[in-house]
Amino acid sequence: MSGLRTPAGGRVDRGRPLRFTFDGRAYTGFAGDTLASALLAHGVHLVGRSFKYHRPRGIVAAGSEEPNALVTVARDAARRTPNVRATQVELYDGLVAESQNRWPNLSFDVGAINNLLSPLIPAGFYNKTFMWPRKAWFALYEPQIRAAAGFGVAPAHADPDRYAQRFAHCDVLVVGAGPAGLAAALTAAAAGARVLLCDEQAEFGGALLDEHDAVIDGAPVAAWLAATVATLRTNPRVTLLPRTTAFGYFPHNNIGLAERVTDHLADPTPTQPRERLWQVRAREVVLAAGAIERPLVFPGNDRPGVMLASAARSYLHRYGVKVGTRAVVAAGCDAAFQAAVELAAAGVTIAVIADVRAPGSPPGPAEAAARAAGLAIEASATVLGASGRLRVAGVTLGRVGTDGSVTPGARHACDVLLMSGGYTPSVHLHSQSRGKLAFDETLGAFVPGAAAERTRSAGLARGAHGLATALDDGAAAGLAAAAASGHRGDSGPRHAVRALDGGVAGRAGALPQPAGPLPPAKAFVDFQHDVTTRDLALARREGFEAIEHIKRYTTTGMATDQGKTSGLNALGYVADESARAIPDVGLTTFRMPYTPVTFGLFAGVARGDLFDPVRRTPSHDWASARGAVFEDVGMWKRARFFPATGEDLHAAVDRECLAVRHRVGMFDASTLGKIEVVGKDAATFLNRLYVNNWANLGINRSRYGILLRDDGFVYDDGVIARLADDRFHVTTTTGGAARVFAMMEDYIQTEWTDLSVWITSTTEQWAVVAVQGPRARDVLAKLVTDVDLAPAALPHMAVARGRICGVPMLLFRVSFSGELGFEVNVAADYGAEVWAAIHAAGQEHGITPYGTEAMHVLRAEKGYIIVGQDTDGTMTPDDAAVAWAIGKTKPDFVGKRSLERATMKAAGRKQLVGLETVDPGIVLEEGAQVVAAPGQTPPMKMIGHVTSSYHSASLGRSIALGVVAGGRARLGETLYVPMPAGDIAVKVVGPVFYDREGARLNG
Amino acid sequence: MAESLKRTPPRVAAHRWLEPLPAATRFSLRGGPAARAAASRAFGVELPEQACRAATAGGRAALWLGPDEQLLIAPEVDAAAASGALGAALADIPHALVDISHRQVALGLEGPHAVWLLAHGCPLDLDLAQFPVGMCTRTVYLKAEVLLWRTAEDRVRIEVWRSFADYVVAQLEETALELPA
Amino acid sequence: MLIIDCPYCGPRPELEFAHGGQAHVVRPADPSKSSDDEWTEYLYLRLNTRGVYAERWRHARGCGRFFNALRDTTTDHFLATYRAGERPPTVAAPRSAP
Ligand SMILES: [Zn+2]
Repeated sequence: MSGLRTPAGGRVDRGRPLRFTFDGRAYTGFAGDTLASALLAHGVHLVGRSFKYHRPRGIVAAGSEEPNALVTVARDAARRTPNVRATQVELYDGLVAESQNRWPNLSFDVGAINNLLSPLIPAGFYNKTFMWPRKAWFALYEPQIRAAAGFGVAPAHADPDRYAQRFAHCDVLVVGAGPAGLAAALTAAAAGARVLLCDEQAEFGGALLDEHDAVIDGAPVAAWLAATVATLRTNPRVTLLPRTTAFGYFPHNNIGLAERVTDHLADPTPTQPRERLWQVRAREVVLAAGAIERPLVFPGNDRPGVMLASAARSYLHRYGVKVGTRAVVAAGCDAAFQAAVELAAAGVTIAVIADVRAPGSPPGPAEAAARAAGLAIEASATVLGASGRLRVAGVTLGRVGTDGSVTPGARHACDVLLMSGGYTPSVHLHSQSRGKLAFDETLGAFVPGAAAERTRSAGLARGAHGLATALDDGAAAGLAAAAASGHRGDSGPRHAVRALDGGVAGRAGALPQPAGPLPPAKAFVDFQHDVTTRDLALARREGFEAIEHIKRYTTTGMATDQGKTSGLNALGYVADESARAIPDVGLTTFRMPYTPVTFGLFAGVARGDLFDPVRRTPSHDWASARGAVFEDVGMWKRARFFPATGEDLHAAVDRECLAVRHRVGMFDASTLGKIEVVGKDAATFLNRLYVNNWANLGINRSRYGILLRDDGFVYDDGVIARLADDRFHVTTTTGGAARVFAMMEDYIQTEWTDLSVWITSTTEQWAVVAVQGPRARDVLAKLVTDVDLAPAALPHMAVARGRICGVPMLLFRVSFSGELGFEVNVAADYGAEVWAAIHAAGQEHGITPYGTEAMHVLRAEKGYIIVGQDTDGTMTPDDAAVAWAIGKTKPDFVGKRSLERATMKAAGRKQLVGLETVDPGIVLEEGAQVVAAPGQTPPMKMIGHVTSSYHSASLGRSIALGVVAGGRARLGETLYVPMPAGDIAVKVVGPVFYDREGARLNG
Repeated sequence: MAESLKRTPPRVAAHRWLEPLPAATRFSLRGGPAARAAASRAFGVELPEQACRAATAGGRAALWLGPDEQLLIAPEVDAAAASGALGAALADIPHALVDISHRQVALGLEGPHAVWLLAHGCPLDLDLAQFPVGMCTRTVYLKAEVLLWRTAEDRVRIEVWRSFADYVVAQLEETALELPA
Repeated sequence: MLIIDCPYCGPRPELEFAHGGQAHVVRPADPSKSSDDEWTEYLYLRLNTRGVYAERWRHARGCGRFFNALRDTTTDHFLATYRAGERPPTVAAPRSAP
């Protein structure tokens, strides 16, 4: 290796070397490395190109806040994950990673011309440049922009991985397993609470993982950490979730966690899900998400090799990697001095520490340590620029006078520049939960204010800095959360801590520069979206003052990192420029997800066969074995047609229809909704609900019912049978079963509480075989006992109870085909066998199973409507030509009053009619519009549309139903259906095409 | 034709964590306290008045599903006897008694991972303290409505409408892929 | 996903519930005596409250009961749930003002 790996130390396993490639080049690292730490160990800082200007970019951070180092990790063609942060990619043997947003390669990228053209692509560039001509947006601008912009490339194949999901419940959810989170989990668990502790990193410890010399309770920090995690792990009421990001905080303490289960494994087993979505419901939440160090804003601050001081400590102590050999440290926060001291101790040359803290900052303990170590410190400094193309090579400092004036200073050669602008508490989840934020003047940052949920923040996440303070704060928060969830405990002894605390206060905004116009070199505020100080200044010059507007105009903070490192710097810059305080500039809202979440996580198992329930009727296997073609009706699979050898849809449907008209057919009607309405007031209830009169319906008789909503529009229909004085069997449409049931419950429970009536869904209790056709009675006569099937004994719309194949049967003499018809209801466990028995008994009569398509043709031939196809939620019974069903003498029913409104009776409403094409061979398209005159050009007045259209084998021509304005007054008129190939002439006729007298029903 | 058919409920695959339970007799009983009192005597099980609780006696069970709704479950062979006794006892009391024996099927989820399997798709807290033995309720399991009844610490009876059973079992099987072999 | 306190079953996840619109909308006892305006108001005109709002829920995948709730539409916090037919309870002002 390159000598950048320390000889010992860190948490990597030096006994387990791992091979990996980056942009095709082979490297090695150790178990415990991230892709970032392993690359840095080889001196590789350049890992990507920026979004807009294609500038060379390096690794800035060590955690999930990394704005630059977005890479693609590919296991195979389908398993290519773009836009993962190299700082979060755990190394495994054989890992293949690629940089993004560059062509042909990272060192020479053609797109970098954008950097030279940058004066031409300022903030608001998209909004200004691509306005006109409008057509060019779709044809030219958008495709070009999409090709040039964006991060990474999505894989072209379907994702083959599994994604799991899980609901979880706990008393206390602790987000973040740093010192505060661990302390909170310890006290909450000790109090007896059910605790769930999650952390986005592979290992628990948070900031403790980056510590070296700290001592807790007399033990080195690593030993204390190991013991603490072991204590938690052995507690059965504690769930530990590493590699798990709390990405969203939803109402009522519902928190979404994304667990990465296999991404770190070289060879995951197929049964393991790649990721798991946890939907956690917590009684109390402790947010211990820590803080994120801010970059400094100065010209050239995006050179590879310019990185956060805390990241340098992390790479050194956690991974045993020196990020460079000669460092300039720009300290806007006392903590940066600690990084300098520790890197120096590891053998990194510290060229100079530029003290860029705000004037008047108090001396800090880390600064004192640096002085004691004899490191060179330049006071009242600023950074004027960084040079070097693919890697920083030198830093030019300046001196800030007491009057604020800046004079240029010396250039210092270096291969890394470590910067710190102080720390920004991670208030994202608190803000997502609608909690207020408060600006802390001492910290110069926003901290959590009043909570809106049962949540509390602890440790650095609320600005409580220093190891001892964080542990105390976390312990107190865990204790309070446990108590609030009903588990009282005590805090135990305070932790004894020896550690250096460099604080978190720093500065926000840009470092001071000499007076005059901005220098040509760019000072980046938002690395990921390439937003510079110049862009923010431009936005202000163009009149944007509110941060919400500036954000949208410049897109600062709108990249996938949502401004984790840039947000406060943008605010600070705008505040400085406009001479306002940061809180007066405002704050943009934090949105979920905290870090990007895969689509797979949200989809979970809901794909393919598991996407939705597939509901099958008892005859399904029989139909399937005979080659039935099914269609989806809601979640149901219904047989659409039963093709004989060589038949297409039309041939099969013609044959099935003719069989019903001339012999007998059988049809599975099991999916119809069924509701049993029982109670002494059952008839009264139905009278109030349906338009029909039910009081005069005899026992063992049935009637076609129409249900409206109170707005007067047709909502559902179906046959309703009276089985006893106090018992009705109501059928609904297949799709309407659930909503009609809910509507009935609503009226029973909340409107007509005076009625003694109850309802029970029996949809799936019954299997229903419709036997239709002139020979239907002959078929059933062979199987049915205890029922007289003769027309006089069982006339049309009569109901009988008896037996079929020896099992109890509810038999309806009904027809949705216009032929002699019966519907056999048997308990569902007998459905398959009864179906097969009817089929066998019908052989001598040529019985033909038919599907939903033939059913539709048969009913359309008779002008029977399908609610939802021939009606659309704006049709009255009169519009739908079913006003005959209304009980004329009833004082009220649901919808009656609305039917009295003038508009509901106005002339010119759309009414259901039949439409006969003048050319009988043309089958109209359902949904096609109807107009009054031929030869029109758009826009033309549309007076109706086609709702149902089929070829009728029985009639030897096409038939259609449609709704036409004033339709019934137009009988005999010729209207037109305009189609791309020309107008189709149609004659308006009555909606009944076949057996207008209805004689066949009574056969 | 006098020969009677045997019930053939939807097929459910057995697993070491899933036992398809036998066909049963089921009634939905809706009504007030008087109906419950009469039904308790006729059915031989004290119908629970406490929300979301089940009671059992002599191989029969009564489950509170709503303030005016109970699910009565009996062995298949008890169908005629239970129906007759309930009908007679309730004749003069406002109520609705509806046979729903075939509407749903029962699955016996069992073993140390029973609750873990359910948490894949059920949003309820199934911790023993929150969902104790004897608790029952309708709820959701992903996109299906189910009835859960904890009959023992590591045993949950699922009742689901018959056409949703395939979906529920397939989702449980998907989740069970992660179970240790 | 909200937690809703069913008056019969206790606190349960929103997935089990169906929203039922504004509460305490009274259907006229004799609709034939309603003017067109009164009937239109009953059918279509609803509040759009910012703050405490009385609404209907049904524990559709639970006990099946309709009930009413007072919810602060600015915070999604429930202040009370109560059975259908009961008057809305008096509640303290919501803790976070708009
Ligand atoms: Zn309930």
